[in-house]
Amino acid sequence: MNRLPITKTPKCYVGGAFIRSESGRTYTLHGADGKFHSNIPACTRKDVRNAVEAAAKAGAAWAQRNAYNRGQILYRIAEMLEARKDELASAIALTDTDLKQAKREVEITLDRIIHYAGWTDKFQALLGSVNPVSSAHFNFTVTEPMGIIGILAPEQPSLLGLLSMILPAISAGNSVVALASESRPYPSILLGEILATSDLPGGVVNLLTGSRKDMLETFASHAQIRAVTAVANLHERTAIQSAAAECVKRVQFFSEEKPIDWESANQQGLYAIRSCLEFKTTWHPVGV
Amino acid sequence: MIRKSPATLRQLIQEVGTVDAIGIEERVSKYGTRSIKKQAKRAGLKLAISMVDLTTLEGKDTPGKVASLCQKAIRPHDDPELPTTAAVCVYPSMVKYAAACVRGTSVKVASVATAFPSGQLPLKLRLAEVRSAVDAGADEIDMVINRGAFLTGELAMVQDEIAAVRDCCGPCALKVILETSELETYDLIRAASRLAMQVLREGDFIKTSTGKTSSNATLGNNQVMLEAIRDHYFETGISIGMKPAGGIRTAKQALQFLVAVKETLGDAWLTPARYRFGASALLNDLLRQWVKETTGVYQASYTFSESSSAY
Repeated sequence: MNRLPITKTPKCYVGGAFIRSESGRTYTLHGADGKFHSNIPACTRKDVRNAVEAAAKAGAAWAQRNAYNRGQILYRIAEMLEARKDELASAIALTDTDLKQAKREVEITLDRIIHYAGWTDKFQALLGSVNPVSSAHFNFTVTEPMGIIGILAPEQPSLLGLLSMILPAISAGNSVVALASESRPYPSILLGEILATSDLPGGVVNLLTGSRKDMLETFASHAQIRAVTAVANLHERTAIQSAAAECVKRVQFFSEEKPIDWESANQQGLYAIRSCLEFKTTWHPVGV
Repeated sequence: MIRKSPATLRQLIQEVGTVDAIGIEERVSKYGTRSIKKQAKRAGLKLAISMVDLTTLEGKDTPGKVASLCQKAIRPHDDPELPTTAAVCVYPSMVKYAAACVRGTSVKVASVATAFPSGQLPLKLRLAEVRSAVDAGADEIDMVINRGAFLTGELAMVQDEIAAVRDCCGPCALKVILETSELETYDLIRAASRLAMQVLREGDFIKTSTGKTSSNATLGNNQVMLEAIRDHYFETGISIGMKPAGGIRTAKQALQFLVAVKETLGDAWLTPARYRFGASALLNDLLRQWVKETTGVYQASYTFSESSSAY
């Protein structure tokens, strides 16, 4: 029997819910073969603002979860992603044609999630310290999450690039507002669905799609976004830096000009987590 | 609902007219569609700030907390263009501290009284509470009506109690809390509004809720009460004020309430003398949006609240 196809409306994952853009606008996504695929939400600065509210609401509880539990939840994300491996690979191949390479990207992404799942209860011991001081003080440094981290993902690899930037941030106990690849947004739509079925509390990761040009300024200037990690060109870097300086925001860049080997193990690990943390040093009097 | 109600209540509802609930919901659902931007938004935010009854009604209130609340009411933000809030709203035991803090400023001291929030005390004690709040320096009294008596149809008793409290208030403005969530239907909210207003003076208020129950001020019950105020004004020429309380947390909501006031009662009610917001968190968001409008940059929520944590 001839059935009518059931087409999906792609939606962004914000605050644990699936939303259209605030304005209701969309942009069309075509496959590499030129065929129409879907209408992707064209988010604007208002959506960034709303996502920040969602991230703020979820952030405190996420930061207070014990580190081991955060690891378990990250592992759960990998479990959910594993089950939808093929779907994700074909979503990547939709625009990038090479299915074999897409499968490889998904596998590396999976490994990376597991990698960070292991780090969540270990980085504290490696980054914190007891410091020698020449007075009667017990002096120690501990790590704390920064708050909300804004992420501007690379155009590609659309899945691996995005998750490589999100994972260290949430491992450290931050919440995230991320703007996915503009030209290859579909994997981020699927990622939202995967996160919604993992045990990650809604609002810890918020994924937006749409024009980077429209939202870049808000990512940089919104005072509640405490850090921005971005893959950006020179022009964008300048714009982000000057707006971020106004609210004393930490910025971390991957320059778009230099090729980044996202598959490399250098793109993961302790130092990526460190750049999403604040350090607190306490001077505690002893003796006397 | 009407059929189950006592005869006196049914009669009252018949006298003051019923409410078209679907019509009200439909009407208020459109208030969110008004485009209020730039200059209009700034004016709206400023007006809303001047209408806030900055409230703290907790068992853990201390003179120190009330003092900091008063400071915030007197000077909500460092922008000199911004007005003070209309009043601070506290429990009777905190009135004397609040009165000392706001002396010499335009900020008034409102005190809840009459066994807030339940009102379940003998009338004699409730009146004594009102007197002690007035003596301690309150400028305004927020009373609760006797909902039990109202729902069982003892309307004369409800009205007499309101009149008795009014007489105890002296020159203080009286705000009559209907506790809309316990009245349940729009018909009863309208009936209670009209019943209360019959014994109120020019400059007194009716108020939606205590903020202590699950459901609070909504655009719907606000609209019903505004229309009751309008009808009362047309019949008697006495203008009664309105105060929605509880559940209004964002500037966006506040602007929608102001749209309702403007489109139902007109500009004459767009003043703190006739319209108030009972809220504690609202002021923070109003200020946050104000700074956003001024600087063009979204601000962090924690910049405007007492909480110093990063979220």
